[in-house]
Amino acid sequence: MKAARLALLLACVLSASAAAQVTFDRLLHTNAEPGNWLTYSGNLESHRHSLLTQVTPANVKNLDLQWVFQALSLEKFEATPLALDGVLYTVQPPNDVVAIDGATGRTYWTYSYKPSPLTRPCCGRVNRGLAILGDTLFMGTIDGRMVALDAKSGRELWNVSVDGARTEAGYNFTVAPLVVKNTIIVGSAGGEFGIRGFIAGFEPATGKEKWRFYTIPGKGEPGNNTWGKDSWMRGGAAVWVTGSYDPELNLTYWGTGNPGPDWNGDDRAGDNLYSDSVVALDPDTGKIKWHFQFTPHDEFDYDSTQVPVLADIQWQGRPRKVMLWANRNGLWYVLDRATGEFLSGKPYTKVTWTSGLDAKGRPQNQVTPTAEGLVVYPHLAGGTNWYSPSYSPRTGLFYVSTWQDGHATFAKGPVEFVEGRPFIGTFPTGTTLSINGTQVNRRMPVEGHGAILALDPKTGEKRWEFTMSDITDAGVLSTASDLVFSGGREGFFFALDAKTGALLWKAPVAGIVQAAPMSYAIRGRQYIAIAAGNSLYAYALR
Amino acid sequence: MCALLLAAAGQHVYTNADVENGARLYSASCATCHGPRGDTVRGVALFGGSFRRATTDDEVARIILSGIPGTSMPPNKYSEAEAGMIVAYLRGAARGGVTATTGDAARGRAIFGGKGRCTTCHNETSRMAPPLDDVGAVRRPLEIEQALVDPSADIHYDYRFVRAVTKNGETFTGRLLNQSTFSIQILDSREQLRSLDKADVKEFTIKTTSEMPSYRGVLETQEIADLVTYLVTLRGRR
Repeated sequence: MKAARLALLLACVLSASAAAQVTFDRLLHTNAEPGNWLTYSGNLESHRHSLLTQVTPANVKNLDLQWVFQALSLEKFEATPLALDGVLYTVQPPNDVVAIDGATGRTYWTYSYKPSPLTRPCCGRVNRGLAILGDTLFMGTIDGRMVALDAKSGRELWNVSVDGARTEAGYNFTVAPLVVKNTIIVGSAGGEFGIRGFIAGFEPATGKEKWRFYTIPGKGEPGNNTWGKDSWMRGGAAVWVTGSYDPELNLTYWGTGNPGPDWNGDDRAGDNLYSDSVVALDPDTGKIKWHFQFTPHDEFDYDSTQVPVLADIQWQGRPRKVMLWANRNGLWYVLDRATGEFLSGKPYTKVTWTSGLDAKGRPQNQVTPTAEGLVVYPHLAGGTNWYSPSYSPRTGLFYVSTWQDGHATFAKGPVEFVEGRPFIGTFPTGTTLSINGTQVNRRMPVEGHGAILALDPKTGEKRWEFTMSDITDAGVLSTASDLVFSGGREGFFFALDAKTGALLWKAPVAGIVQAAPMSYAIRGRQYIAIAAGNSLYAYALR
Repeated sequence: MCALLLAAAGQHVYTNADVENGARLYSASCATCHGPRGDTVRGVALFGGSFRRATTDDEVARIILSGIPGTSMPPNKYSEAEAGMIVAYLRGAARGGVTATTGDAARGRAIFGGKGRCTTCHNETSRMAPPLDDVGAVRRPLEIEQALVDPSADIHYDYRFVRAVTKNGETFTGRLLNQSTFSIQILDSREQLRSLDKADVKEFTIKTTSEMPSYRGVLETQEIADLVTYLVTLRGRR
């Protein structure tokens, strides 16, 4: 009897402990636990689609603010929280990690990290979030280090430098890591500083590097000859948005950034592989299986640092494993993700840098900046950028935040490489942006605005558009109850009908939304969380 | 020619080469966030001639080198000389460089209050036209001249005028202060702050012509030069 009781107790302890441990198998089957949000994009296919259905188009108007977590930071708040068994884990910029009670907003613990003052981020000391495996949280830091924390206590388990990622030379990590099997994968940002970008896999237990893939091939490697002279050594191709994983193909996909210098390609003659590309890597070795380059020899800063969205759809009458990709260059693509084959590519905003794509997806008649300046669409910030899109398997639609009609004047000017300094060329002028929530009176409507688009992968057509006055850097969440959540620089968080784009609900969030929404559940109650301004907001039905 | 700037404590004298080098460094680094005109970060006008956290050139250079902790302003890897060149550019842009003006400031002042009737709108109490008390510090002579002869060519975004007609037939005109997807904020023609719900508005137009008349053909060429020369002397209480 005693032994049986002990066995029962032991079983309970074991199952409780097993429930808390995030195995890779759980990351493969996030559909089985929609109340948790275990990766940056919600699943390894990066759908940013919640299967929770308590909040519906009919009752979304009853969403009420439940709590606000105010970050002790005035830097841009771009992280998507992870949610595990009622606890949210997020990054207070630059690199403090906080564990928050998802029901009350109360903090369990805070891990404080002071980055090196020598760090040189191009665009703010930002961080987009964490990864979890077992009981361990993983973070890349703005000063080029990798950190592992105990999820229960916030205790630092390891904190390691990454070979060659010298922060004073411009290397930094802003991306939320991706866990594939027993490997923690990140990529290096710093594409405006003449770095040589890379993607690397690390041991979860120690932070030891297992493999590295340079996004610019070295001397003697295929693709190195796509860089004039010795420009490959400082060609950028940074990585700063989380990738995806297909377990059947055992491939992990990552988007790469612009070649450097951004706006003058004279010294880097050639296509500049693998800048502005998606690369498909073996997650066990880091070896490249295939690549597709969206913008060869880019001179407009059209990073391909978008989240690779993996969808299984009917393509021309037969099932096909595809990848959906609205690129910063203003075109949106459907690729075969087993082979990298180009299936379709169409503009979703005004595009003038190319006359169109050939049958293999290569842009035709690319223009080049002139000394006196050339007006080009889209804007240097792109038709979209790093903002997380969403895919709903229910509607079959791809939802993405875009800038419509944005343009800039690109002038080719002299540029010199000095380590640790911006290596970009002449900064373009163009559509006046509203930074940090500036008033929206600077720009005429014809000079550009934001819009959420619903795109149909099967036809390439736009199904609907939700037009905003201001531009947007907000990500998009769709739900299995056919809602789409997003925001923008105007300081609203809103819900749209996933089928029609009709506005169903909105809430002021007192700051610009430049993060992506996520959803989780605690004791049967669905929450939707969004970072805006310097705070994290959580909503649920009243 | 030297762009002579104040050489008081913490201030420096810069050459035109400094200003040009500073322009290049500015474009390659600062413009990423601050924009080509130095006005894209909220509450910061780098070419306005004054700074919230710094007064002297040395203080501005220190911020360029060290950044501002707790904000998005990062430290930058420049030598002190290079930081100084950026300061030279910011100061030079604020002062419009040293471009020769050929008029007579005293005559210009008389035209400003007399024949030109500029004070009808540009006076201390009006909110419908930009105050000009520091126009010489924030605009180059050429820009001032263009604003006089072709005021619609480059309307400052704070002085764009709109016309809105509501569904119940009311018409509002005034300066566009702000808008969102859902509402419009204006300073109406009676100088009242108004917020209009876009759902109630059936017609909304942003005018592309300036409210200011052109002085082409109204003033003689020499009179325009006199007026420009006078306006350049207006540098506010900086």
